[in-house]
Amino acid sequence: MRNFISNLVASRFFQFYVTLALFIVLFGIGSVSFDGFFSPQVFLNLFIDNAPLIIVTVGITFTILSGFGGIDLSVGAVVALTCMSLAYLMRDTSIHPVWCMIMVLFIGTAVGTLNGFLITFFRLQPFIVTLGTMFLCRGLTAMISRDSVGIDNEFYGELAFWSLPIGDCFLSLGALIALFVVLVATLVLKYTSFGRGVYAIGGNEQSARLMGLKADAIRWKAYIISGFCASLGGITYSWIMLSGYTQHGLGMEMEAIASSVIGGTQLMGGVAFIPGTLLGVMIQGTILTIISFQGTLSAWWTKIVVGVLLCLFIVMQAVVTEHKNKLMNLKAEKSSKDKKHN
Amino acid sequence: MTVPQDSSAQNSPQDYILRMRDIDMFFPGVKALKGVSFNLKPGEIHSLMGENGAGKSTLVKVLTGVYQKTGGHIVYDDHEIAPRTPLESQQMGISTVYQEVNLCANLSVAENIYIGREPRGALHNIDWKTMSHHAHALLLEQLGLDLDVNQTLGFYPVAMQQMIAIARAIDTQCKILILDEPTSSLSDKETEKLFSIMRSLKQRGIAIIFISHFLEQIYTICDRITILRDGEYVGEYEVKSLPRIELISRMMGKEIKEDQIESNLDKSKPQEQVFLKTTDVTVPGKVKDLNMEIKKGEVIGLAGLLGSGRTEIAETLFGVMLKSEGEINIDGVNVKIKSPMDMMMNRIAFCPEDRKVQGIIGDLSVRENIILALQAKDGMFRHMPRSKQNELADYYIDLLRIKVSDREQLISNLSGGNQQKVIIARWLATQPALLILDEPTRGIDVGTKSEIEQLAVRLAKEQGMSVIFISGELGEEVRTCSRILVIRDHEKITELAEDEISTAHIMQAIAGDYHGHA
Repeated sequence: MRNFISNLVASRFFQFYVTLALFIVLFGIGSVSFDGFFSPQVFLNLFIDNAPLIIVTVGITFTILSGFGGIDLSVGAVVALTCMSLAYLMRDTSIHPVWCMIMVLFIGTAVGTLNGFLITFFRLQPFIVTLGTMFLCRGLTAMISRDSVGIDNEFYGELAFWSLPIGDCFLSLGALIALFVVLVATLVLKYTSFGRGVYAIGGNEQSARLMGLKADAIRWKAYIISGFCASLGGITYSWIMLSGYTQHGLGMEMEAIASSVIGGTQLMGGVAFIPGTLLGVMIQGTILTIISFQGTLSAWWTKIVVGVLLCLFIVMQAVVTEHKNKLMNLKAEKSSKDKKHN
Repeated sequence: MTVPQDSSAQNSPQDYILRMRDIDMFFPGVKALKGVSFNLKPGEIHSLMGENGAGKSTLVKVLTGVYQKTGGHIVYDDHEIAPRTPLESQQMGISTVYQEVNLCANLSVAENIYIGREPRGALHNIDWKTMSHHAHALLLEQLGLDLDVNQTLGFYPVAMQQMIAIARAIDTQCKILILDEPTSSLSDKETEKLFSIMRSLKQRGIAIIFISHFLEQIYTICDRITILRDGEYVGEYEVKSLPRIELISRMMGKEIKEDQIESNLDKSKPQEQVFLKTTDVTVPGKVKDLNMEIKKGEVIGLAGLLGSGRTEIAETLFGVMLKSEGEINIDGVNVKIKSPMDMMMNRIAFCPEDRKVQGIIGDLSVRENIILALQAKDGMFRHMPRSKQNELADYYIDLLRIKVSDREQLISNLSGGNQQKVIIARWLATQPALLILDEPTRGIDVGTKSEIEQLAVRLAKEQGMSVIFISGELGEEVRTCSRILVIRDHEKITELAEDEISTAHIMQAIAGDYHGHA
């Protein structure tokens, strides 16, 4: 039994199992406490309500994973800029909403490209670079309009309210896109050389270079993906809000980082599992749902619980790493003893 | 994949697979390589020898595209090349296992072997199953390792990781295989396995560059040797025609003169009482089963090639590195060491090798630099009256003849030799019973050098202080030390005392040809 636990902790998916267990426990608590909580639609709502955050988290995970202090603080501001641009384009021009969406996707991609360029070309700290583009995008949003701009395009409204019926329940378009992004990102990270490259440079950049990987190109792409995901997240965000506003997506980058870490991503890079980060978002969503079912607690309790979880998970990561090292040393000792016997 | 046997048997100069000529490599402020040549034949195992810092790794990195040479030519396979990235050189068929394990600990074993050239499935996706299968087969067949290749690499000990790095290197279709210190973390059995692989690669006509500190291994496996010293080319030799002692003397740049009388300095006669004694002290990978003792009033030297572990021994005695096994006795009492402070309390002082990094604090005055260690020993919060500080500073400035305009001068404005004296003064102020001087004369003028040598002897004679004197210049140790411990591969191999002490004997001892009278 001890051996089993020991191996479980050492397993590559340990953190994922813990996150999964935590999600099930939280969902269980909700189901036991409140009538009507345990229903497929409540579960699906987690995807619907959190679609933007899921997409943004997937993107930011690429940057954290790529190491070298990887982070993308600009994602929340890109969400705001995306929503505002959409609202502006649809209000003041007659460009078809589909084209508007394609155009705003380019905005995020361009921000990501700029981030990646500054970080890889000048070897600048991602924290500072993306802090800069964060202010830049937030400022640009306010330049377009300091007031909230509503979206009342008919076609766009239809997209926002479209839903896919699943039995008695349904999923929104945003949720479907979020799930698709999760799927694609998981496959990319597992089955493409780019994906494995992101892990490699995050784990040990120097080694990765010596093994012939183009670390800069890979890292750059990671930031482009994050920028793209931020604007895609922004589009799904606008489907929920149907407006553009400077305060949209405020602090979303932090929620994304928190979800990613709770989902098993290590801030020093090289370790992440996309389905885990999805669970990270859903755990936050579950807490929020529990609070709304409860009815009297302030929504700020979500922050408190998430804060505590975050600290716990970081401690757990440290303990698990320590444990793995111990296991490794034990193994090394054993093998050297075997040698002596030979 | 077989090369005709006779082509490797009778090589004419045209048969070189690789010729590096007049290679220069400058880093800002440093000339790491100056006009170095290197020639490699197919199907030979060629050792690159030199002390630490001689430029072996730099030369390798120039060849593999990690560094871009400042000057010179590389002709590989009859074409002039100038690889700009490791990838480029790999694609040309130059495969490398670097000194430190250069793999990604967060990826699986299989990935580490195949990253960048993973087997592909129908959708150009990475075919994990095939990859794992290949990796497992490769490790089993080539190295006899039966591993779970899907486990994260970091889960395995360093020696195993090194073997995996080797597996990666030999699996790529290479013409040149570079092994930079691959054996330092391997056991004898694993090294043997590596050698048999090297022999079979040699049979296939692959040229191998082998870098190792272990002379034994060089003479077991290598065909030829190229020696570098201080970034310069010394020569190229057949292993068979180069006795070990010659190799050592060429690496160190010292002529071997038998019967040379060098110890004319009036040396200190040690007292009977032992101050410090170590029993089987071991620091994994740094110090191996060290047994030594130092008497009061004795000056002992640690001699060995750069990188042989001299500094590590000093650092272990001072508590910078913590021993995992063994005992250290001071005045006959077993002491527990957790940090340098413990050793300071036991009246041991250590002047480190690199005074710029580990010694001087440039923005403080000479006075402040001198009282620093004493202050640390007494506790940071116990104020020392200014008058006492001045008195101490003046005393040592006078004793060591430190040339300063006044004691408040910033230490960074002093010459190297005077800076060194200030650091020695700092430790003398703590009134140590054992003073460890690690390369105290490096980079200072000749006059000051001999002053420091004399100082070491004088302290031992007049104050009964024990001194450990470490220097890469054998002549200095020969002149000052009453006893010399010869260190090789982190191990004390012999001790030389009194009239045994000579440069020639030290070099012979390092080469393994001399074992002392004892």
